[in-house]
Amino acid sequence: MARKLLLENINVPGIHSFDVYRQNGGYRSVEKALKTMTPEAVVEEVKTSGLRGRGGAGFPTGMKWSFLAKPEGRERYLVCNADESEPGTFKDRYLMTHIPHLLIEGMIVASFALGAKTSYIYVRGEMMPQIRILERAIAEAKNAGFLGKNILGSGYDLELYVHPGGGAYICGEETALIESLEGKRGNPRIKPPFPAISGVWACPTVVNNVETIAAVVPIINDGGEGYAQVGIGRSTGTKLISASGNLNKPGVYEIELGLPVEEFIYSDEYCGGIANGKKLKAVVAGGSSVPILPANLILNTINGQPRLMSYESLADGGFQTGSMLGSGGFIAFDEDQCIVRNTWNFSRFYHHESCGQCSPCREGTGWMEKVLHRLEYGHGKMSDIDLLVDVSKKIEGNTICPLGDAAAWPVASAIRHFRDEFEWHVTHPKEALERNYGIANYANPLPKFEEVVGQN
Amino acid sequence: MSDKVKVTIDGITVEVEPGTRILNAARQIGGDIVPPAMCYYSKLEGSGGKCRTCLVKVSKGSEKDPRPMPKLVASCRTGVMDGMEVQNITSPEVIEARKGVVEILLINHPLDCPICDQAGECHLQDLSFEHGVGNSRYEFVRRTFEKIDLGDKIQLHMTRCILCYRCVYVANQITDNRLHGILGRGDASEISTYIEKAIDNDFSGNVIDVCPVGALTDKTFRFKNRVWFTKPVDAHRDCPSCKGKVTLWYKGDEVLRVTGRKDQFGEVEDFICNTCRFETKNTSSWVIEGPRQISKTSVISANHYEYTPLPVIKENKKLIDANKVEFERASKI
Ligand SMILES: Cc1cc2nc3c(=O)[nH]c(=O)nc-3n(C[C@H](O)[C@H](O)[C@H](O)COP(=O)(O)O)c2cc1C
Ligand code: SF4
Ligand code: SF4
Ligand code: FES
Repeated sequence: MARKLLLENINVPGIHSFDVYRQNGGYRSVEKALKTMTPEAVVEEVKTSGLRGRGGAGFPTGMKWSFLAKPEGRERYLVCNADESEPGTFKDRYLMTHIPHLLIEGMIVASFALGAKTSYIYVRGEMMPQIRILERAIAEAKNAGFLGKNILGSGYDLELYVHPGGGAYICGEETALIESLEGKRGNPRIKPPFPAISGVWACPTVVNNVETIAAVVPIINDGGEGYAQVGIGRSTGTKLISASGNLNKPGVYEIELGLPVEEFIYSDEYCGGIANGKKLKAVVAGGSSVPILPANLILNTINGQPRLMSYESLADGGFQTGSMLGSGGFIAFDEDQCIVRNTWNFSRFYHHESCGQCSPCREGTGWMEKVLHRLEYGHGKMSDIDLLVDVSKKIEGNTICPLGDAAAWPVASAIRHFRDEFEWHVTHPKEALERNYGIANYANPLPKFEEVVGQN
Repeated sequence: MSDKVKVTIDGITVEVEPGTRILNAARQIGGDIVPPAMCYYSKLEGSGGKCRTCLVKVSKGSEKDPRPMPKLVASCRTGVMDGMEVQNITSPEVIEARKGVVEILLINHPLDCPICDQAGECHLQDLSFEHGVGNSRYEFVRRTFEKIDLGDKIQLHMTRCILCYRCVYVANQITDNRLHGILGRGDASEISTYIEKAIDNDFSGNVIDVCPVGALTDKTFRFKNRVWFTKPVDAHRDCPSCKGKVTLWYKGDEVLRVTGRKDQFGEVEDFICNTCRFETKNTSSWVIEGPRQISKTSVISANHYEYTPLPVIKENKKLIDANKVEFERASKI
């Protein structure tokens, strides 16, 4: 069994309650940090650990914390991003539901490190049960003296609040989240200034993902060095992966970064292979925003190396033949799935979730959705395929926030790798309504694939 | 002065105050290199960054850190640094991106210019003329909305709106701190009809002037005339609530319309009150200053006797050579 740092005790009965959590070694990191360490030492420890943001971008957390401006007499805030709404990602919800005290423990240590006296957990509005679970856990922790004034006699005060959002994907973008937290419309802000300088109520703010904050607990308990030994290269530690799609055992798994993708899909410890004895056609490795890859490219990189679950290996090959770890939403598609339909579905999501502030994303997402809809339902034209690529290029990089890119990448990558299937939808519109294109050569060994790339 | 910073835009260097936005630095240079701006309005705090027509390429970050910026940036929201080098019309990448933005801005626009009061002074018309392509690749039904009357003087025709947010900032900043905004999100967002209430405020009429398109129009002028058949005249009066400096738009002896005085970038010099705008339409109430200078390239000058020299840059040979076609087109008109 691989090492588990976050979910080790997830199956202990009653772990969601303070007492059981505490009996299983919970809140040790708070005692250690508040009693024996300075805030700077905690930041240093997180830097040493090499922990990278688990919310999608993978930015080194220790570095982010050290960028936080510390002007005299200004409040600082820590905000936990629990808005999880990326299609294919459901790890934060799992963690908050079953082991809420892990997040609260992490919040206390992280707030201490940043010198925040008030911290927020911004939870997506639809997650009502999790909001109640967290509020209850906060009350328990407060009762036990881990929150409130003078925590554990250290002189450090912290209030922790749960803030329900309205339920919009865009409110997961950190500056939109801050706007929403301030009670405004969740439109992303134009950066700079970055939240580290001017965030919540124009005060320096750090926004971190649920899993990032939870990972601070094992880092403080075992030391940054210890954490850095888990994982591979610059991808240190463990990562929660939300596995879904046509897998035998979908669910949330904690993996050591560096696990081969093949092992993750096929071993019995993890997903147990493709459901119903089918073959794997494609994988979206990191949530709907990252480029989709055909089976052969997800299992191996273009150089023939086995692909690993790590920030670097998944990104190997750049946009041509690689993808990203993103938020760890691992969606597997078997041979019976239609890539055109899936691309349309993703693009429908981004169209619906665009905040509408900047023109390329507001209008472009809708345009792409309409063209994809037409392709999927047999009214497409050959020129539509290039049109989609062109529109996606017009959006990508020209918008205020990365949602524009997130909408463009899935479309561009699907066409890059599955162009035959899109063309087949145009040339065989009637057949495309009745059956799926099937697996074609998407799982063939790679050299063959290189030829296909060459032809296009 | 030593505390000024140097920035070079399309090969032309200018010294500006630190913290100046790239767009404003370009406006100080003037001429063809000024990026078009559909949402930024220098008098409205927080505006800009939304339409993306003003994208430019920063090919050198600054003297200290010469690395180029990885993406195109919105020039209206990016501050200059000392030694920064910016490419606007000399960068094919920028031209291409801008073309894309124009096409995208037009896909849901009704293109009902023949029946739109804004025609002739519409920034979207200018933009598409200068930067767009002739046809659209969009083949779907366009978004439409019902017209809404915001009080008895202003009409909102959301179908034409490009969601630049300028009117929202006006309602927030010029009128009595009313909070109104946008309802819905994505391409379903619309200007909140709560703005109807802002009509009580004496300055609400300014939303008409800031609107770059014909989404907010003056009902007292509705269908009265085409703007290029009217003659603009600067005038002022003693007004208790605003500075009273306006432009009167005449047809014969009759004042058809009163607006703020718009500069060459389409921004008003001063916001004016509703009394001046809607209620004061007789010449005797005004002190006439003289004809309003209108850019020669504007269609409004078609029927006009003013002559303003073309704003071209004569100094920069390189730029002129690089932009021969546009240059010739502009000088021909
Ligand atoms: C459109 C969009 C949606 C996002 N949604 C989330 C989200 O649901 N949860 C999250 O943790 N980060 C999300 N992010 C990333 C955040 O902006 C931010 O990078 C993250 O919260 C930083 O935390 P980390 O450094 O711990 O990863 C989103 C970003 C974008 C552009
Ligand atoms: S890219 Fe999309 S979601 Fe982001 S600010 Fe622009 S319109 Fe809003
Ligand atoms: S109504 Fe006019 S000013 Fe208001 S957002 Fe739309 S285009 Fe801009
Ligand atoms: S003017 Fe700069 S983005 Fe609109």
